[in-house]
Amino acid sequence: MPVTFTLNGRATTVDAPAEMPLLWALRDVLNLTGTKYGCGVGQCGACTVHLRGRAVKACQTPLKNVEGAAVVTIEGLSPDGSHPLQKAWEQLDVPECGYCQAGQIMAAAALLAARPKPTDAEIDAAMNGNLCRCGTYIRIRQGIHQAVRSVATNNEEAK
Amino acid sequence: MSPTITLDRRSFLRVTALAGGGFMLASYIEPLSAFAQGRGNAAPPLDPNAFVSIDANGIATIVAKNPEIGQGVKVMLPMMIAEELDVDWKNVRIEQGDLNSAKYGAQSAGGSFATPSNWEPMRRVGAAARQMLIAAAAQEWGVPASEITTASGRLVHAASKRSESYGKFAAAAARITPPDPATLTLKDPKQYRIIGQRIPGVDNHKIVTGQPLYGSDVKLPGMLYAVYQRCPVIGGKAVSANLDAVKALPGIKHAFIVPDGNGAGSMSGVAIVADNWWYAENARQQLQVKWDDGITASDSSVAFSQRAVELSKEAPHSTSRKDGDPDAALASAAKVVDAAYEYPFLAHAPMEPPNATAVFKDGKLEMWAGTQQPGGVVNVIAQAVGITPADVTIHLPRMGGSFGRRLYNDYVVETAVIAKTIGAPVQLRWSREDEMRQEVFRPAGYHFLKAGLDSSGKLVAWRNHFVSFSVAGAQPAPAREGQPQGPRPAGSSTLSATEFPARFVPNFATHVSMMPLGVTTGAHRAPGSNAISFVMQSFLDELAHAAGKDPVQFRLELMANTPIALPQQGGGGAVFNPERMTGVLKLVAEKSGWGKRTLPKGTAMGVGFHFSHQGYFAEVAEVNVDANKRIKVNKVWVAGDVGRHIINPLNAESQVHSAVMDGMSQMMLEVTVEGGRIKQANYDEYPVLRMKQAPPEIEVHFLASDNNPTGLGEPPLPPIIPAITNALFSATGVRVRSLPLSKHGFSWR
Repeated sequence: MPVTFTLNGRATTVDAPAEMPLLWALRDVLNLTGTKYGCGVGQCGACTVHLRGRAVKACQTPLKNVEGAAVVTIEGLSPDGSHPLQKAWEQLDVPECGYCQAGQIMAAAALLAARPKPTDAEIDAAMNGNLCRCGTYIRIRQGIHQAVRSVATNNEEAK
Repeated sequence: MSPTITLDRRSFLRVTALAGGGFMLASYIEPLSAFAQGRGNAAPPLDPNAFVSIDANGIATIVAKNPEIGQGVKVMLPMMIAEELDVDWKNVRIEQGDLNSAKYGAQSAGGSFATPSNWEPMRRVGAAARQMLIAAAAQEWGVPASEITTASGRLVHAASKRSESYGKFAAAAARITPPDPATLTLKDPKQYRIIGQRIPGVDNHKIVTGQPLYGSDVKLPGMLYAVYQRCPVIGGKAVSANLDAVKALPGIKHAFIVPDGNGAGSMSGVAIVADNWWYAENARQQLQVKWDDGITASDSSVAFSQRAVELSKEAPHSTSRKDGDPDAALASAAKVVDAAYEYPFLAHAPMEPPNATAVFKDGKLEMWAGTQQPGGVVNVIAQAVGITPADVTIHLPRMGGSFGRRLYNDYVVETAVIAKTIGAPVQLRWSREDEMRQEVFRPAGYHFLKAGLDSSGKLVAWRNHFVSFSVAGAQPAPAREGQPQGPRPAGSSTLSATEFPARFVPNFATHVSMMPLGVTTGAHRAPGSNAISFVMQSFLDELAHAAGKDPVQFRLELMANTPIALPQQGGGGAVFNPERMTGVLKLVAEKSGWGKRTLPKGTAMGVGFHFSHQGYFAEVAEVNVDANKRIKVNKVWVAGDVGRHIINPLNAESQVHSAVMDGMSQMMLEVTVEGGRIKQANYDEYPVLRMKQAPPEIEVHFLASDNNPTGLGEPPLPPIIPAITNALFSATGVRVRSLPLSKHGFSWR
């Protein structure tokens, strides 16, 4: 049963079972491997993507739930890696192994879209579903703050 | 084989362009291993593809030879080459090398070994390339090589005011006979322009934009996906299964039994292959297997704990160290403290579960395998699929963490066997549940300690009866130095006879008893040390309090004792140096304001130190505990001595952060064995540290000492565990003698 949705701005049709988690449709049918598998039970957040603008775990999202919806993955977060979070991640050298970082960035991007200047408590709450076994948490928090500052600076300059 | 998404396409194109442009630089094979062994006179053969190539524009492409697991080696080793090559970092490109030990020497990730073992040879590769460029320019310009200098990838002859890019002479340099590495002069460290700089990870842009990079991202035309169901009782064998029913399920292409393991820890199991991993994983839910559980089925964490207590009351099986007369000294001590310490089995749980990709075609095997030890598995793979090692190619994709898990190549061998069986490209992916339940576990351990203080509070006697594990059903280990033939110790389950405070206490004994263990154990980030440090540094803390002394002062006084000399032996490993540890302990005390800060009720500081992997680390944790035993680690101070240079301070700090966080995870985790089966299956039952639980600040200080640089992935981990448990004691009066902390009602907040 084909499922049609908008993936990173493009109309996309996947011919796969409606119950297949979005994660496996992305990785193994559409060959978009930026979204990672870490646990399969919604515990680690490595598969975080945006569904209708909100962060969701792709491993817990059956294809039928994305019919007609807009899905954004790490590959579509920006055309060229220029999202303020992506730039901050590179500048601060946030990744160690890097495997969880696509999910971390997608969770943080959804947070900033909803709360452009989050408090540390809001960051903790938004990022609680994303594990990092390398323990890059201090730099992830710095990266979010740096992205907030860079957006504020750009807005200031635009005035 | 031409993958649709290769990990190397750009490198292939670059190599082609170079062949057309016509220049390349040499590397050294014999001298690499010779230098690692302290020799180095062999004439180096020319191998144009290894390590360094320079294009016409002076862009230097440097091969990163070791597997990358997040430890930053993909930047660090090329930094050493680039420094002596004398190029600007912005003109360096890095490419991951495939497995080719003949070209590159040892290629492994483990034991914090990359820095100490490559410090000499990698710099000499860079220096040799630079000298060949100088020689080429000297010929062209007709001037003595000694008058040519280099800077920022340029050759300069000051007298004639000539200056050219390396790129101009790269082709000519390829025809120069490589120099004897032993004759090369290396830079004075004062001239370093790359070593010591804060250089970010080379793969960061790919990581943050989601480009394919990891083993599980590999895609080949017609590639299938496999799951591999092993016996729930570790080490058991598949006898029969409902394969026909499984094959009839949606998307399933193959289902078959692998009756036996094929080496490198690979095991019997049932392979299910589909054209999407989800189909294979779903089909597994319908799989019914008759298993032969084997010898492990009686293993039980609870029974091991009970048996350890029984063994502690019996005569030990062996004594690995005895100084003075510990029994007499304990009998005459002014104060005796005894305590039993215990720690559990642990799983590595790297974010990317084990996986590998393989194609078997025309008697040749090509693999993409994230493994920490690729060199060790080639012969095993070749034998498993019936070809020669020369017909095995292994590419080394980046790994999504490892922490020691991928030192063991079981999943790589299993992938090769599946690929040969089905005759199609295949990617084997373990599920998280596979990973957690089919682990190579950090072994549990049990220490029964007794120590004596004299009337001045000086530590005069120490006895440890360490109850550990032997490999069930294994052949006995041969006699070793001072040890009779006996049971073979389980992986990473031994206690060094020189582990501190050995040699610093006049009357000292380490006794060992072992219980047979079926489940597999092995190295886990800072193997041995991660648990041993908890035991030793916690018990030392108990002794400091019993002696009425400040815990830092007590340790400093202990290290001021003249150590008992080591037996004279050739070679030998790194030996604990009390001056270096005293240095970092004093530094961390100073930076943390130890003993000088007034802290609110429920808040306290704790200290711990540990020597491992040639590194010296002392750490202080400031911890707050609320009325519900919820712990917040407010701040951690780390002082480390890993020698003369911190090669990449940016990554070095990350490695320390990572070690602290990983140590905290270890404190709250356990894997329990019951009937040879593992209870925990996923992160919900194995709660690794989350962001809000992480310390908001970790202050890192490195103390430079006049020693060659050594590794950093592991040695910062062990001290954090006792630093926190010792702080918990000061904050609450509760002495934690067993892990995980959750057993005592503690949690992170």
